[in-house]
Amino acid sequence: MVATDKNFDVIIIGGGVIGTAVAYNLSKLKLKIALLEKEMELAFGTTKANSGIVHAGFHSKPGTLKASMCVKGSLMYPKLCQDLDVPYKQNGVLMVAFNSEQLPELNVFYNQGRLNGLTDLKILTRDELLKKEPNLQDEVIAGLFAPTGGVVSPFELAINLGESAKLNGVEVVLDSPLLKMEDRKNHLLITTKDNHYTAKIVINCAGLYADNIARMLGDDSFSIIPRKGEEYLLDKRVGNLINSTIFPLPTPNSKGMLVIPTVHGNLMLGPTAIEMDKRDEFTTTALGLKTIYDFTKNLVKGLEKRDLIASFAGIRAASDRGDFIIEFSKTNPRLLNIAGIESPGLTAAPAIGEKILEMVKARLNDEGMSVGLNPSYNPVLPKKLHLRDLKGPELEKAIQQDNRFAHVICRCELVSEAEIVAAIKSGARTLDGIKLRTRAGMGRCQGGFCTPKILKIMSRELGIPVSELTKRGGDSVLVPYTAKELI
Amino acid sequence: MLKWQKEMVIIGGGPAGLAAAIAAWDSGVKDLLILERHHELGGILNQCIHNGFGLHYFKEELTGPEYAERFAQEIEAKKIPFLTDAMVIRLSPDKKILFACENLGVVEITAQAIILAMGCRERTRAAISIPGTRPAGVFTAGTVQNMVNIEGLLPGKEIVIVGSGDIGLIMARRLTLEGAKVQAVVEIMPYPGGLTRNIAQCLEDFDIPLYLSHSIAEIRGKDRVCGVLVAPVDENMQPILSKAFPLDCDTLVLSVGLIPENELSQEAEVEIDKITNGPVVNEFLETSIPGIFACGNVLQVHDLVDNVTRESYKAGKMAAKYIKEHSLPLCQTHTKALDNLRYVVPHLISKKAEVEFFLRASKPLKNATFVVGNNLLTKKMREAKPGEMISITIPKEKLTSLEGPLEFRLLEANATK
Repeated sequence: MVATDKNFDVIIIGGGVIGTAVAYNLSKLKLKIALLEKEMELAFGTTKANSGIVHAGFHSKPGTLKASMCVKGSLMYPKLCQDLDVPYKQNGVLMVAFNSEQLPELNVFYNQGRLNGLTDLKILTRDELLKKEPNLQDEVIAGLFAPTGGVVSPFELAINLGESAKLNGVEVVLDSPLLKMEDRKNHLLITTKDNHYTAKIVINCAGLYADNIARMLGDDSFSIIPRKGEEYLLDKRVGNLINSTIFPLPTPNSKGMLVIPTVHGNLMLGPTAIEMDKRDEFTTTALGLKTIYDFTKNLVKGLEKRDLIASFAGIRAASDRGDFIIEFSKTNPRLLNIAGIESPGLTAAPAIGEKILEMVKARLNDEGMSVGLNPSYNPVLPKKLHLRDLKGPELEKAIQQDNRFAHVICRCELVSEAEIVAAIKSGARTLDGIKLRTRAGMGRCQGGFCTPKILKIMSRELGIPVSELTKRGGDSVLVPYTAKELI
Repeated sequence: MLKWQKEMVIIGGGPAGLAAAIAAWDSGVKDLLILERHHELGGILNQCIHNGFGLHYFKEELTGPEYAERFAQEIEAKKIPFLTDAMVIRLSPDKKILFACENLGVVEITAQAIILAMGCRERTRAAISIPGTRPAGVFTAGTVQNMVNIEGLLPGKEIVIVGSGDIGLIMARRLTLEGAKVQAVVEIMPYPGGLTRNIAQCLEDFDIPLYLSHSIAEIRGKDRVCGVLVAPVDENMQPILSKAFPLDCDTLVLSVGLIPENELSQEAEVEIDKITNGPVVNEFLETSIPGIFACGNVLQVHDLVDNVTRESYKAGKMAAKYIKEHSLPLCQTHTKALDNLRYVVPHLISKKAEVEFFLRASKPLKNATFVVGNNLLTKKMREAKPGEMISITIPKEKLTSLEGPLEFRLLEANATK
């Protein structure tokens, strides 16, 4: 089915944290904007499996886009997360050394951080470290501490950036992979399974598929090199073993395997870094678990496999150029590529969004289009209430207004029916979509008790039979049959 | 916020909570309240529609819902107060309970005695680290049991079950009866985890293959499960990939163990035994916090509900005694599970009364000898299995003269003499 053309000033391809950060920023302007996402929901690609670290910025080489965007983005996080009601905590990052040979390397990162503009870095001795982190392993002798580092919920950030953009006028179109993109002189023409779209500028935020998108217009100036990472999540019981995110010294192709106290109170171990041929191979492996566990247990005491509650894998969209690519295509001036956004891409996302706002404004000005401000722009998303955070009078008030707050659906993460319904009202269409928005099913029982209950609520609110509900779209139907159907 | 005072609160309205409540009521505690998070009493028994319950306790064969109904009816007949859809969200060491329910909002109760009866949850895929993709179609056995027996849903038509615990075996039969094809039950241990009668009635009667000493080496499928890789394991329980073989399926059902659900107990700073994952209790089933008791699967994962009932009656009685007497006798003698025994409950005794102990063997043994203390008591056991609890009652006179901890051993046939 192909409906009539839909005409936009700007189309953003990809609803990960970069695409949504771009949409959020561009929604400040008086422009007609659409965001096209191939999956059923926002944040379902690389963003979903991000480690959630807001880096301070000492890892990247001075003068690179990675360094400047990271340092700038990191400083934007506190306000952004407050505006968008996204869980964020400035817990600091700590890079540790195990022996005196590694001390000079710590100094290299200290100096690099200073050059990148960080003024509050400190090198701590073992005694100083133990005051901050009593559970560090005995072999750790020193550490580089950056207090501005933090942790964030990466998927909630992308989802809320997208929700804000939508409320500020951006048309968000899900389940719409690009079939074709053509140059029609005064605009680009995009074809999806349902529609044609035209745009003066197309912003390529397609992550793992950014090179394929660029090639649709003949731009082969970069290639994506997929790099898989496995992550392992531990029970909240051990969530307070550490305060800061603990890094080893980095390896040539990654920041190494870390111990991360997630913003939701779990511990996360990982990631690995394996270059892949495929972009859709998300398996976790026995070797990956062994590699991560054997390594991270040398960083922190008290890590035990019995506390594992989930494992997953994500693929970083690294490019063959090394640094971030943020530029108009040399092949087609209507195409703006944002590609190769590997780590510290999440940290950089707010700064990239802001940079794109300026680039788009300038380009449209060049075309003789003066771009004004969106008169009804509102940067603040209404706060969503979560049963687990509510206490005292707040809790009572919430229940008075909606007694479904007192109906607990997910017992491990303490998620109420009111929150599940709110997630559906704000756009969740899949079980994973509800999980990412509410944390229902993310706890220690991994959805054992709440899945049947959530399916019933979804069916009721969406008007879809349970047998058609999916985990994450496509063929991921959860419970395809009814009892007696096969007899 | 509503603030209540109660003599006793029982957290959980499953078989443990109901039996404890009845026992407390019959012992004279009338100011009590059962808090149940589900919309009806009975707990997980309500989804266990197979028979085999009550053979020991009632000397007749009941289904799960029938077994639960007997207690629910007694609760209603005696007008013992309970709330359903009431979820305890906080528990503090000073015995303050915060619970939420739609009709009342949030209520704080200060209780003189609390009985923990929250039951257990299932271990998940991550707990046994199965590698592979993360498609739809991987469920725990209890979740599938709820879907099929309560919701009338069927998660798939070609099933592989991991783990030969009782729920896995029961679900193998149940799914077969629903028209699904159960390809196999895969068990990592060299012996089955569930009761012998379930192996016969749920697998052998339906020609469902049981692969002992095998594990799932990989889950396959992008959106929905399309198969698994099954491999025999070596002596270190690691899969031998060169001997692995694929099995097609659209659903993987996990029955890989149960974990007592003690997050509330831990919030209240109740001491937890690392082996049972349940509270450390004395012979009165009182936890490390005086006045907080525990029974049923929150204390130790039981084999039979009949044993839960017996244990819970005792907890209810003892909690009532605590309320009357304001404290219970000191229990300072430790119990210890040694040779071939995984654990023993209770953990502490007074030596001033008869005590019933529950123990579990750590491996299957034939013609073993069960030895208590320094030959305080010995008992021949034709067969001991990890899947079946061992219970033994030791009379007071055997305990009074005991010095040091009370040790339990299960000696192999050739080691005895």
